[in-house]
Amino acid sequence: MSIRKSRDWFSPDYMAQKPGIEATYGLHPLDEYLRKDRIPHIWCPGCGLGVILNAYLRALKDSEIAPEDTAVVSGIGCSGRAAGYVDVDSFHVTHGRAIPFATGLKVGNRDLITTVFSGDGDLFAIGGNHFIHAARRNVDFNVICVNNFNYGMTGGQAGPTTPSEAKTSTTPWGGFEQPFNLPAVAAGAGAVYVARWTTYHVEQLIKSLTEALKKKGFCFIEVLSPCPTGYGRKVGLKTGKKTMQHYKENSEIKNGADPSEVALDPDDPETSIIVGKFVDREAPTFQDVRGKIFGEARKELEVE
Amino acid sequence: MSVMKEGTYFMDGNTACAEGAIAAGCSFFAGYPITPASEILERIAQRFPELHGSYLQMEDELASIAAILGASWAGRKAMTATSGPGFSLMMENYGLGLMTETPCVIVNVMRGGPSTGLPTKVAQGDVNQTRWGTHGDVGVVVYAPSSPQEMFDMTIQAFNTAEKYRLPVILLSDEMVAHMTEKVEIPSKEDMVIMDRKKPRVPPSEFMPYCPDEDLVPPMANAGEGYSVHVTGLTHDEQGHPSVDERTQNMLVTRLIDKIRKNADDILDYDEYKIEDADMIIVAYGSVYRSAVEAVDMARDKGYKVGLLRPKTIWPFPEDRIYDLARKGTDAFLVAEINFGQIVFEVERCTAGACRTYLAPKMGGSIHTPEEIFDRIVAIDKGEIPPFKE
Ligand SMILES: Cc1ncc(C[n+]2csc(CCOP(=O)(O)OP(=O)(O)O)c2C)c(N)n1
Ligand code: SF4
Ligand SMILES: [Mg+2]
Repeated sequence: MSIRKSRDWFSPDYMAQKPGIEATYGLHPLDEYLRKDRIPHIWCPGCGLGVILNAYLRALKDSEIAPEDTAVVSGIGCSGRAAGYVDVDSFHVTHGRAIPFATGLKVGNRDLITTVFSGDGDLFAIGGNHFIHAARRNVDFNVICVNNFNYGMTGGQAGPTTPSEAKTSTTPWGGFEQPFNLPAVAAGAGAVYVARWTTYHVEQLIKSLTEALKKKGFCFIEVLSPCPTGYGRKVGLKTGKKTMQHYKENSEIKNGADPSEVALDPDDPETSIIVGKFVDREAPTFQDVRGKIFGEARKELEVE
Repeated sequence: MSVMKEGTYFMDGNTACAEGAIAAGCSFFAGYPITPASEILERIAQRFPELHGSYLQMEDELASIAAILGASWAGRKAMTATSGPGFSLMMENYGLGLMTETPCVIVNVMRGGPSTGLPTKVAQGDVNQTRWGTHGDVGVVVYAPSSPQEMFDMTIQAFNTAEKYRLPVILLSDEMVAHMTEKVEIPSKEDMVIMDRKKPRVPPSEFMPYCPDEDLVPPMANAGEGYSVHVTGLTHDEQGHPSVDERTQNMLVTRLIDKIRKNADDILDYDEYKIEDADMIIVAYGSVYRSAVEAVDMARDKGYKVGLLRPKTIWPFPEDRIYDLARKGTDAFLVAEINFGQIVFEVERCTAGACRTYLAPKMGGSIHTPEEIFDRIVAIDKGEIPPFKE
């Protein structure tokens, strides 16, 4: 068997002669939502991203949302590649800017059920400011944050969610910063829906995503995800399976827990990983409030 | 939409810009306040309720430009407005807009730089930033208005070019033009040309989102229209899919540049004044153009054969015209700009040694007076000033 260089995978020549995946493997139940000609994806064996994408697509299907009514926006990173695989209007924008792009898209066309699918670094380091402001505005879209505790795509560097003292490629002697507790950031900034699951909690994740797709306002779902390549191998979680085992053994479901009390120490076997739906409240969205104010303005101006 | 009624108004440049955008069909604006551009935001915020438009005040300029790109893909005509410090932040997604061929308009009302510089005063220091500020090779379109009237007209023009050629177009104004109040004629709706992006002519199954027509511009399917477009800032093929293939990179980037280069005749715009018999030609744009016109008249009164070439589009630049003039008897070009020499490099490049190029620099804070330019003309004539870079 000849070895394919990664650059050949997307070359027009390869694409032209590629054997039909369908002929070999049959149809996948979520094929109608996938750009089949983009599969195989680029993610590593054992990566959690496939599980999360699968859960999102299942939620779309369960919610009976037509592909043409939905849009996905991603930033840059392994997680950001999700936009390239979903067969809906999908936008793979610049690093950190998925949220403001999605804000324009959603406010530009309020009928588009919009989801931001991106990584912890993208959403909370370079994009952190946009995150808190979108939550504050309560713009009506969902944010799925794949938290793999590092910058996977660029080679496992430390980021804003990396546990303190963890060894990564840029903290070879151990880290010295405190990570964000993401549900607390989201809830504090004004998100109306906040949940955290791991790739082990597939059914709960699908349920949360289904709720978020239906809910009006800024919904945030953090998903802890194995990254054996970038992070796991440096912290003793060498395979995806081992990480899943770790999630299984150490997670504790606490729906309704106070987000400020769910900070993680995912590598410490002594403390549990608190998962669950933490916030689910009602608040007028950006568009509700703006519609009201502009409506009153029109009355005052005596125009339609 | 209630576009302002046909008629003659007394308006400042920023207000005229906002009204031009509204006339062009802009229904989405995202921005972050900054002197001397804030009046554009304020006017839009005031006017959008009656127009059912979307005004968003974002957390910064990184977000402002990201939002207008998103809105453009939602099918809206979208604009943002800023000045130097914000414009620097926008360089990132200016590149994304060029790469993904997203129509929109970015207004930069120039003030003194570098950095926070002279917030309330005029400069022209961002000219080359509009051309080379974002990384990678790009083809760009930049308009430079010289009056409130042109703030109105060129904003419409910028939207038309953005829609026709699918790219973020820059309206490069300056503090003087933006804050000056003058007569502005608003034409009737019938007299305004308003253009919209080309739409797909085939069903979704056959649609190639980045397959260009003969004019090198691909038709655009907006989100929500059932075309399931994929848009990425990565190098992409005609299907819109990312590719690490050198051939794809070559095809895409070449087309993005040729899209402007090969359509330059259609996009390029400049004015000439008393140029026929001129020995010396002044090149000036934006607010300085106004002083330059007077300087030419002063010089002509004193018997100097001086003319004026004024780029209305800075990019594309009137390169062929300058090349020809340099070869057909012009002795010298004098570039007057409020910077330490930016467009002068272009003029020097276009004359290609066929005649001399001089600079009348200005460090920002005010425009050249006509006398300053006139004195320069006299000094050059007497051989008291060396050509640029000598
Ligand atoms: C402005 C900018 N800076 C840096 C990068 C390089 N970069 C690409 S992906 C990435 C980190 C992604 O991390 P995360 O969002 O956690 O995604 P993951 O790969 O872990 O899924 C970085 C720093 C970039 N593309 N753009
Ligand atoms: S580097 Fe990590 S996040 Fe990226 S594909 Fe590999 S396992 Fe997944
Ligand atoms: Mg990550």
